[in-house]
Amino acid sequence: MATLKDIKTKISAVKKTQQITKAMNMVAASKLRGAQTSMEGFRPYSAKFAEVLGSLAEKAGEETNPLLEVREEVEKVHIVLCTSDRGLCGGFNANLISKAKALKKEKEEQGIDVVFTVFGKKGRDWCRKNQFEIVSEHIGVVGGRFGFHVAATSGQKLIQGFLDNTYDEVYIVYSEFMSMARQVPVLKQLLPILPITPAEHEAETEETTYLAEHICEPSPQELLGELLPKNVYVQLYSALLETSTSEHAARMAAMDNATKACKDMIENLTLVYNKARQAAITAELMDIVGGAEALKG
Amino acid sequence: MAGNIKLEVVTPEKYVVDEEVQIAVAPGSLGEFGVLIGHTPFLTTLRTGAMHYTDAKGAERFIFVSGGFAEALPDKVTVLAESAERRKDIDLERAKAAMERAEERLAKSQSEDIDFNRARAALERALHRIRIAETSR
Repeated sequence: MATLKDIKTKISAVKKTQQITKAMNMVAASKLRGAQTSMEGFRPYSAKFAEVLGSLAEKAGEETNPLLEVREEVEKVHIVLCTSDRGLCGGFNANLISKAKALKKEKEEQGIDVVFTVFGKKGRDWCRKNQFEIVSEHIGVVGGRFGFHVAATSGQKLIQGFLDNTYDEVYIVYSEFMSMARQVPVLKQLLPILPITPAEHEAETEETTYLAEHICEPSPQELLGELLPKNVYVQLYSALLETSTSEHAARMAAMDNATKACKDMIENLTLVYNKARQAAITAELMDIVGGAEALKG
Repeated sequence: MAGNIKLEVVTPEKYVVDEEVQIAVAPGSLGEFGVLIGHTPFLTTLRTGAMHYTDAKGAERFIFVSGGFAEALPDKVTVLAESAERRKDIDLERAKAAMERAEERLAKSQSEDIDFNRARAALERALHRIRIAETSR
């Protein structure tokens, strides 16, 4: 049986762990607020962008753009995997990685090569360990502060590779922020760009009539050609923002659980400690009483 | 003047401008254009450069924009740009440093590859920023 001192040491150790998890929880909470603010800041841009793109796609009609063309023979696909740089956030990274793994397996069964672009250390480490080909890696983006140019630069590279036939499809795996308690790994096709569904018109019929009469400069087709690559950046940026926010939310939840677990453990240990102390006192009393009896006799 | 038109300048990070203005002038890719209230629906890409507007009180303001496009509707102009800064927010030191870096890179690579194009775009942005920041008030 553990001595009193052992139990005491253990309790103070758990208490220190609890302090750490509590602090991490609070750090994650404040970072989450920042991430959520940038997500909200991006919303007007992306909403407006989708609206313009939708009405433009409608107008440009069937005009083909290389970024929209679906290739019949797919030989190589490119997966953009967004994970966090740091651990201690529950199953967050594992979920994302298993999503990517499933996609890779599916493609390889069809005899398609898979290469990766990774955001975040965890995803990179996973690729390295399994010796998957990494085209480019970006550390220190997810979870921190980053600007639109990050998405634009890597989006540019992805488009370049797609256009010169280095790969035929690009997917992105990221975590969507549904709520504080729910972050869902999502798989999306980035390239070729899926047919753009015109923005929901029913709600705003008035606006639709305006859009239909737009004068475009240069021609709608050229405009679309300008906007489609931007669409890729927008999607990439929003995926990164979502992943960052999700990471902090996941870490908050994980740290909250850890703090609770520490609390439970401290309670149990205190109980054991008190019992042991009481047992020691009882034993001592027995000794004294026994001794007194012996002297009397 | 018939009235004011609403101007919104939005970047991926935030709203840069969201107010009623008398006139908004922006550098379209086929030429500069001005928008007053009642403009016909119009959509265009923008060059890197300066846009300016006259606010409701009649003061003229300048904004640096790059990588954007604009949509004009009879009662509203929306500018979506990858970056946009009001003149007072431009970091002149940074722009000058960026200009020097870009010039250096341009001097090194003579071919028309991606790096060259990127450096040229960076130089263009820096020059426009400096020009806007240094226009006298």
